[in-house]
Order: sequence, then C-alpha cells, then structure tokens
Amino acid sequence: MTSREPSGGENNLSNSGAKSTPAPVKRREPEVQRAAVVLPPEGLALAERLPEALATHEIEVGAAIDEVVCRVPADHLVDVCRQLKDDPAFRFDYLRLLTVVDYVEQDGEFEVVYHLYSMTHHHKMMVKTRLPERRPSISSVTGVWRGADWYEREMHDLFGVEFNGHPNLVPLVLPSDFDGFPGRKNYPLNDYEEW
Amino acid sequence: MTENAAPTNMGSTITQVPNPEPGTVDMMVNMGPQHPATHGVFRMELRVDGEQIQDLVPHIGYLHRGSEKLCEHELYSQIITLFDRLDYVSNFNNELVIVSAVEKLMDVAPPPRAELIRIIMCEFNRIASHLLFYGTFAIDMGAITPLLYNFRDREKIQALFESVSGARMMHNYFRVGGVKEDVADDFESRSLALCNELEYGIDETDRLLTENEIFLERTSGIGVISGEDALDWGLSGPVLRASGVPYDVRVEEPYSRYDELDFGIPVGSAGDCWDRFYVRILEARESVSIIRQAIALMEPGDTMAQIRRIARPPAGEVYAHCENPRGDLGVYIVSEGGDRPYRLKVRPPSFCNLQALRDLTVGHYIADAVVILGTLDIVLGEVDR
Repeated sequence: MTSREPSGGENNLSNSGAKSTPAPVKRREPEVQRAAVVLPPEGLALAERLPEALATHEIEVGAAIDEVVCRVPADHLVDVCRQLKDDPAFRFDYLRLLTVVDYVEQDGEFEVVYHLYSMTHHHKMMVKTRLPERRPSISSVTGVWRGADWYEREMHDLFGVEFNGHPNLVPLVLPSDFDGFPGRKNYPLNDYEEW
Repeated sequence: MTENAAPTNMGSTITQVPNPEPGTVDMMVNMGPQHPATHGVFRMELRVDGEQIQDLVPHIGYLHRGSEKLCEHELYSQIITLFDRLDYVSNFNNELVIVSAVEKLMDVAPPPRAELIRIIMCEFNRIASHLLFYGTFAIDMGAITPLLYNFRDREKIQALFESVSGARMMHNYFRVGGVKEDVADDFESRSLALCNELEYGIDETDRLLTENEIFLERTSGIGVISGEDALDWGLSGPVLRASGVPYDVRVEEPYSRYDELDFGIPVGSAGDCWDRFYVRILEARESVSIIRQAIALMEPGDTMAQIRRIARPPAGEVYAHCENPRGDLGVYIVSEGGDRPYRLKVRPPSFCNLQALRDLTVGHYIADAVVILGTLDIVLGEVDR
C-alpha cells in the first residue's frame, strides 16, 4: 500500500512506526462493501416529495438501508424540522433519537442525526447536518419536539456540541466538574491509572 | 411617617397592621440517590410548598458507564453482553435489539425456529419485567403483599431462562443469525405449564390491586398526560399507550415473526397512573397468548444461520428497534465495514419517559411523586447507560 490515506494510517495500530518498517507487508484489507438500499413504498414516496417541499432549504436527499436521509445545512435545520413537523403531508410528530457522530478524523466535522417518525403517516426518516470541529454549535430543536431536551444535554456533555436556544444546557450524565468530551473519538477509552 | 397618616400603599398598611400569620417559604427536599422509592440511583430535587410539589429537578448519571463508547471498541458478538446490562430486568429484549440491528445491516435472516425461540424468550421476559413492576409499584404505595406473589412467579420464569441459557439474568443467548443453542426437549411442555401458572399469577395481582379502593384513590387521576404531550416528549411503551396512542413497534413495524401472531395492543384512555398500571396487566395477558401461539408454530430445525463467526457487516447505517417492556428500545449503528461499529447509539425508552416526570408531578403531593415515578417504571442501567 504505497498511498495510504491519512485516516487509514492512523487507524492502523500495528504499524505505528510506519517510517522504519521496510516495504510494508501487504495487509489483507477487505474491500468495503456498502449495505444495500431497499426503500419501502412509503419511503420512496417521501423521497420524491421532499425536494419539492423543502426546495428553499438546499437539502440533499439520500437513503440508508430502509430510511430516507435528508442532509440539511446547519442554519436551515430548525426551519426544516418545524416544516417537517407541521406540514400535514409529512407530520413528523415523534422524535425517536437525536445523536452526534464524530467524523473529525475523516472530514474534520461532527454530524448531528435526527431520527423522525410520523404516527399519522407511519413513515420515518433521518435528518442530518454537519458541524465544524471547532466550536460546533447548532440551534436547539427543543422548541419543535420537547423530547429533544435531554438528548441535546447528553450530546452536549459527551461531544461538546452547543445547542443554541436550549432552555437548560447543563451537564446531565456527567459530573458538573468533568473535563473533556468522552464521546469523541480522540478521548481515550482506558486512560486511568490504578491506585 | 407620622402616626395618624393614612396608609398610602400596601407596604405602609402592613407596617401598621402586621400580618398575624407566619410567612411560609418553599422548602427544598432531596430524594435519592440512595432512596428505595427511586428504583435505583436516581435523585430528584423537589421544591415543595407544604406537601405540594412546586418544582422538580431530576438528576441522572450516577450509573453512567459510557456503554455506547465501550461498544465502539468491541466486536459485535461482545456488544450483546453489554446490551444485557442496559435494561437489566429485560435482558432478552435488549439482546434482540442489537442482534436484529446487525442482521438488518448484514441482510441475514435467522432460521424460523430461532425466531420463535427469541419471541418466546422476549415475551416471557416482558411478563417477568411487568411482574417486577406490579410488585414494586404496590410497595411504593405501602402494599407489601403483591410483591411476594409476583416474585414467586418471576422466579419460575427465571428458572426457565436458566434451563435455556444457563443464566437467570445476563443471558448472552441471542447471536447474530440465531440463538446460541437449541432449547431442551421438555421446553415446550414446561413453557405451556408455566403459561398457565403465570396467567393465574397475573389474575391474582389483578384481583389484589386493580379494583382495590385505596389503590384507586392513590392512582386514578394522578399524573395525567395527554396523548399529544406524550408524543411531544417522545414517550413510548405502556406509558404512551396509557395515554391512548396505540403505538407498539411489534405492530407498527413488525420485526421477527410478530406479523404471524395475533395479539391486541391494550390502550388506556385517561393517561393517569391507574391506566399505566392496568395497561401492563393487560399486556402481560397478551404476552401469555403470544407465547402459546409461538409454541404452536414451533417446528424442528436449525437455530443458527450459516454466517461467519465474526460478524463483519457492510458499511452503512442502520436503525433497528423493538418493543421492550419499557418502550421502544432502538439502536443506531454506523458501520464502516469493520468488525466493530464506528458509532453506536441507543435509544433508551426509560430515559425518554423520565423526561416527562416534571410535567407529571408538579401540583401533586410528595407521596404522589413516588407513585408517578413508579408508573414510569424506569431502569437506571438504561437511563444512564
């Protein structure tokens, strides 16, 4: 492997001293396969309607296995969420999950993922938005779904993402004097000393 | 101010005629983290006016172990053991979530017999979990008797679990692509006999509590939440259904072989504590019926799909969820094609249900806070992860 990508090199624990190893042994790197996408009928219908309904918001519609994925710029997020909830054609009234994925090593960005479900139309989707590594901040969706409250506090604890407009963004799962963001990839897993 | 001057405003009135009643101030009451009524290490800060709750601040995180981060460093087969320890009174249901997520990502289907064994185990576990709920809930209100009966029955379920998986709890029995091993020959007859005993036990609890006058006084009209608010808060499971929303993952997005089985979704109407209790009684009866149907469908066959021992799913993202005794437990996995997930996030139903606690309790009395918390039926292992 002559042109190893930086992220691949960092992940490779056995080859930490890459410079000194003569002629790197060709590691068996299995070809990465992508999971097949099979959208159900209501998902297909949703993916068709979304670009038109959210035309003003620079969205990008994709899919992951059986869910529609909608990428939204961070500053449009709350408007998009509110429209997805209030528009009778979508009516996403249930926030299933809110989470952050750390892609700092790959792209220098965090990804915030919202899993939505509609009790009326029985369809589901993911809304995603990307935040920069330095001072990641985004508007809170607690005004749209109150259930986002603790999810956002937890993600603030673990990843240091700021949710602007959150009513009470204080530590939830970590002690209030905790230093660091243990959810991030660069936070060591076992960095304790025996006493 | 001279003595004879007329009072000009409220302030001067008070200086002239002092209020004979002593002033009252709100009092802060701390409950937990070491309090038997909080069902684990959970702390509530109550601001009370006399006995009435003015404000409530829940504090969680005492059991935070960073399970999700740990999962990112383990093989998929090892993650199953970590999931056992999330909601530690319904272990099989947790295992089902992680194995079905990985199976969905890898696009493998377990053999039909394994699916039925899973369903039977999960439904027994649901009954065991609800039995624990009836007992501890009754204790929250000062009734000790039901717990003794419920633990008698729960112990029988755990004996069956032990005969199947080798452990009473923390089974590590489900595998990606099936189950660890086939059940014993006498499993079906034992399960059917147990079903009859459980049915009797559930009826017994029903007779002891449901129509009891003191029980009704303590639970009906207490901690009411409307269906709309419940959805807004992201509640799920019996707590959501008690508010009249018929949302059950087993029916909404059928997984495993639940679509072949015939069962009802009990739904409440008032959304109060009594409804949340009674929905669970009805649900346990439905579970008994599901187990009987699943046993009737059982046929000899494989219990493990032909897949590699080390699961290596393709790159992609998956969200899978199942109906746990506490609600909609989901898992979101981001895979980059390795033998470990890149990111794993659990959707914890107790965590979401607990968020609504403040709205449910404000305006009620301290003793009701214990009852309301009891009906949410939280397990802190899953709230904190």
